[in-house]
Amino acid sequence: MNNLLIVAGKEFRDGLRNRWVLAITLVFGLLAIGLAYFGAAASGQVGFTRVSTTIVSLSSLAVFLIPLIALMLAYDSIVGEDEQGTLLLLLTYPISRIEILAGKFLGHAAILGVSTLVGFGVAGGIIAGFGSVENLGELVAALALFILSAMLLGWAFIGFAYLISVSVAEKSRAAGIALVVWFLFVIVFDLALLGLLVGTGGQVSEGLFHYLLLLNPTDIFRIVNLTFFEAARTQAGLASIGADAAFHPALLLSAMLAWVAAPLALALLIFRRREA
Amino acid sequence: MTHPVIEMTGVSKRFGKLTALKDVSLSLGEGEVLGLMGHNGAGKSTSMKLILGLIRPSEGELRVFGHDPSGAEANDLRLRLGYLPENVQFYEQLSGREVLRYFARLKRVDHGVVDTLLERVGLAHAMHRRVKTYSKGMRQRLGLAQALIGEPRLMLLDEPTVGLDPMATRDFYAMVDELRGRGVSVILCSHVLPGVERHIDRAAILGQGRMLASGSIDELRETANLPLVIRLRTPLAPELLAERLQAFGVRISQGVTGRLELAVPTRNKVEVLRVLLADGQVEDIDLEPPTLESLYAHFDGTIRRESVTEQVSMSANTGPEGVTV
Repeated sequence: MNNLLIVAGKEFRDGLRNRWVLAITLVFGLLAIGLAYFGAAASGQVGFTRVSTTIVSLSSLAVFLIPLIALMLAYDSIVGEDEQGTLLLLLTYPISRIEILAGKFLGHAAILGVSTLVGFGVAGGIIAGFGSVENLGELVAALALFILSAMLLGWAFIGFAYLISVSVAEKSRAAGIALVVWFLFVIVFDLALLGLLVGTGGQVSEGLFHYLLLLNPTDIFRIVNLTFFEAARTQAGLASIGADAAFHPALLLSAMLAWVAAPLALALLIFRRREA
Repeated sequence: MTHPVIEMTGVSKRFGKLTALKDVSLSLGEGEVLGLMGHNGAGKSTSMKLILGLIRPSEGELRVFGHDPSGAEANDLRLRLGYLPENVQFYEQLSGREVLRYFARLKRVDHGVVDTLLERVGLAHAMHRRVKTYSKGMRQRLGLAQALIGEPRLMLLDEPTVGLDPMATRDFYAMVDELRGRGVSVILCSHVLPGVERHIDRAAILGQGRMLASGSIDELRETANLPLVIRLRTPLAPELLAERLQAFGVRISQGVTGRLELAVPTRNKVEVLRVLLADGQVEDIDLEPPTLESLYAHFDGTIRRESVTEQVSMSANTGPEGVTV
């Protein structure tokens, strides 16, 4: 347990030192405030828009950005130390492979978690303070759910990054695969589902379709944030189908948690079996 | 208490089709210093990794402090072990002191020792600087400090003197002697280590994954039966000397600095010297017993079927070894 915290602590401090935390926080904060303030520019006015509109546009942008940031943050966590030569040294210390990997994951998860919380949290505070929020309770609840699901989304992709990182021998290769993973989950998956829908002339059963959406953490993230605002459905594209499914938010969040755990567990398994 | 620190019996290691180590036996006692020599890919790094428990032997028995190094007690063993990898690298963005503190915490050692260790390897002045700014020699010294964390009872040092200047190399060997004095067992692993003979108890020479020779330097000299080199400054003609010394199997050649070089079988050393010094015409004399390098070249040459001279010129090249399996 102690080793776990030592490794996690180092990873987090590295994140503070090389400005990852600062950069991610700023990006998230500015994104949220920008969207809240200029979100209605298309309809000819600036100023803070409705909370539902802000969260919906925020989630459709975050769904591209968060997986990318998570993959960039963590793709080299193991393969980078392997190439650098420090992994070999680390493995000769009284620390297990599981502790190394899980410790690093905790560190990276904390970097992304803190940035998400602070970035979007501060932005939420500013929106509440300067905008004319009619229903503060709604803002807090929506934002809390958004932040929680954003964290889970980020962690899931950190898990993917770790899976890549333990499976390849070169950093450049890991970076390439990370990009492909991002492309597959964020873009190709939805296009493929759309193709399926069009190709079958809408004959796919609705129930099946809802469950297919659960196969992609980015879609779950969209659904979570959309179901919260029934009114926003019309703007939500493909994921609005999922919103109809009336998945309970707790179920959706558990599905996301599973998406965090599965790649991480697989990465642990591979790392443990690997020879130095 | 006399059981060896490392006991390797008939160990082989295969990576797929490649046999990295074949039927190697080795033992290391408490307070013993072993020089592990071999060319690139000879199996040095593989032996190290086996002892460190990073990989398991395909065949044979390996015990470190009486336990399987990759078994359940591995963490316990690792507390007593110090390792300096070849071409050691650290976290570039951290300072030397931060790096050592991290490793000290992992070894469950109070980080108060870190400053002392940095002092000891001569890095106290640079401990707040980032490792990124360190020279090769400084990194090497930081690596040594790292290996010394927690007063290990067994140290594995891979190419420890690469990048060190002559003074630092001398300090390093002084440290090895001191460690031995305290009963620490040390393995010095190297492509070639000039001047290491005086600091090791035994040498083991690996070639193509097999143990070519092992024993004390004297034993190796005896087995190899390499000639001793005597360099002379004398007005005597080489032909005359050759005539006088013909009974002793001496080969005479003209040395580079105008001296004569005599290759003398070691067993005839004293007789040859007696003859040389008898008539008072020798102005200066220099004796050079077979060095570890020439022994290494000899044993390595026997397996590689290559000329010894080529080996000597190869082993004189002290460049960093390539990444080995």
